[in-house]
Amino acid sequence: MRKGILLVSLVALLVSLPTSANAQCKQFAKKICKVGLTPYQHDGNYHAALLIEGEEAELYKTFYSDTDYRIGVCGAGNLSDIEFKIVDSNGKVLYNNRYEDFEWKWDFRLESSQQLKIVVKVPVADGNIEEPAEGCVAIMFGFKDD
Amino acid sequence: MNKNLLDSGKVLMLLTLFLAAGVSGCNSGTKKASDGNAEEEEFMAVMDDETQQKLQTAKRIFYSLPSPIETAKILHSAGATYDESLLNPIQNQSGYITNLDMALNLGIYTTDLSYASLFDQSQATLSYIEAAKNMADGLNILDAINEETIQRLEDNINNREIIIDIISETLLNSSSYLKERGLESTATIILVGGWVEGLYIATQQVGNDPIENNKIVERIIDQKLSVDFMIKLLKEAEDDPDAGKVLADVQNLKTTFDKIEITLGENTPVVDPETNVTTLKSSSSHNLTKPVFDELVNKITDLRNSYIS
Repeated sequence: MRKGILLVSLVALLVSLPTSANAQCKQFAKKICKVGLTPYQHDGNYHAALLIEGEEAELYKTFYSDTDYRIGVCGAGNLSDIEFKIVDSNGKVLYNNRYEDFEWKWDFRLESSQQLKIVVKVPVADGNIEEPAEGCVAIMFGFKDD
Repeated sequence: MNKNLLDSGKVLMLLTLFLAAGVSGCNSGTKKASDGNAEEEEFMAVMDDETQQKLQTAKRIFYSLPSPIETAKILHSAGATYDESLLNPIQNQSGYITNLDMALNLGIYTTDLSYASLFDQSQATLSYIEAAKNMADGLNILDAINEETIQRLEDNINNREIIIDIISETLLNSSSYLKERGLESTATIILVGGWVEGLYIATQQVGNDPIENNKIVERIIDQKLSVDFMIKLLKEAEDDPDAGKVLADVQNLKTTFDKIEITLGENTPVVDPETNVTTLKSSSSHNLTKPVFDELVNKITDLRNSYIS
């Protein structure tokens, strides 16, 4: 009986390990990235994932005219500076943080409501491809009234 | 020494060994094998090249849907007024038994909550957060809205900023809880419910007003831009019958939204050197007609009423 309980506990612990990593990602998004949105109000959406160095992610969102936005793209400390760019529906690059010293946020407003694409890339540190690091990357949005 | 204690010690040792193996197993994908024969190392080197190729081309794709807060906020900014009769009555919550009902109405009640709070409606705010909590509890979303959250809301009932922050945190907690457990479809359904409620409130607010030069109508047209994202997310979860049902509903709305053409001019980013805020300068136009708008209103009304009844 005791061995049975211990075995079940072991299985539960091993199954919970990935959930634990995701929970840490949520805490990272909430405590680090979300805080940086101030004075913009976080929209409540959750976009965070464990990404490996070299991996890319794209996020599509509709933004509304006459609203002030902040996009925040945060990477966990073990990752290199995260690169992100904003692309409109015609493929035009509107912003690339590579040219802004890998600034983690971008504040903007739009004269016309539209879909934008946020392309995020986790660079490989110093060309090291042998042991790519993995870490949490969060993309968060804030807005505020005119 | 006690035999039982010895047995426990052996099991504990085995447990420790298993754990060590499990943890190192989780990390093995990121480490090169340090031991092993030449054949294995050669295989790993090849594998690393393949993995590197995949990493270079692998791409994760996400879609962000309008949240209940954002939906309520754009309505408020567009000049909507507060009309409690438009909101889903609190009493309806006792009739929501299925996961689909609760997910849709968690979204609906959260939009109602956001809308009420933006208009500083204290009593309604308290009522709707309680309703949202009951839906979240019914879906077993632990700690999305706990008693502490409700107490904090009550303590700050006259502070709109803090209330909105509490709502956003609630949404974040719900969304992350569901996604961590592979329940992305439920998270999507919640957002769709909230979006439909926002559209319903908006269309009812327009009433018999002209649709030309109408800011609320402009915001309704803007929702066309999110429909395809919604469909993509719901299609990813099409095996879930609930997601399949909601997908059919959104596809029906899409047939009307597709009759509206939005034309967008080129974006020109202009940076304000003082504030470092970029303005994306562009112009846009649309071809919405009254018959199409009326069709949209009727569909949204029917859909929303089917979700709350």
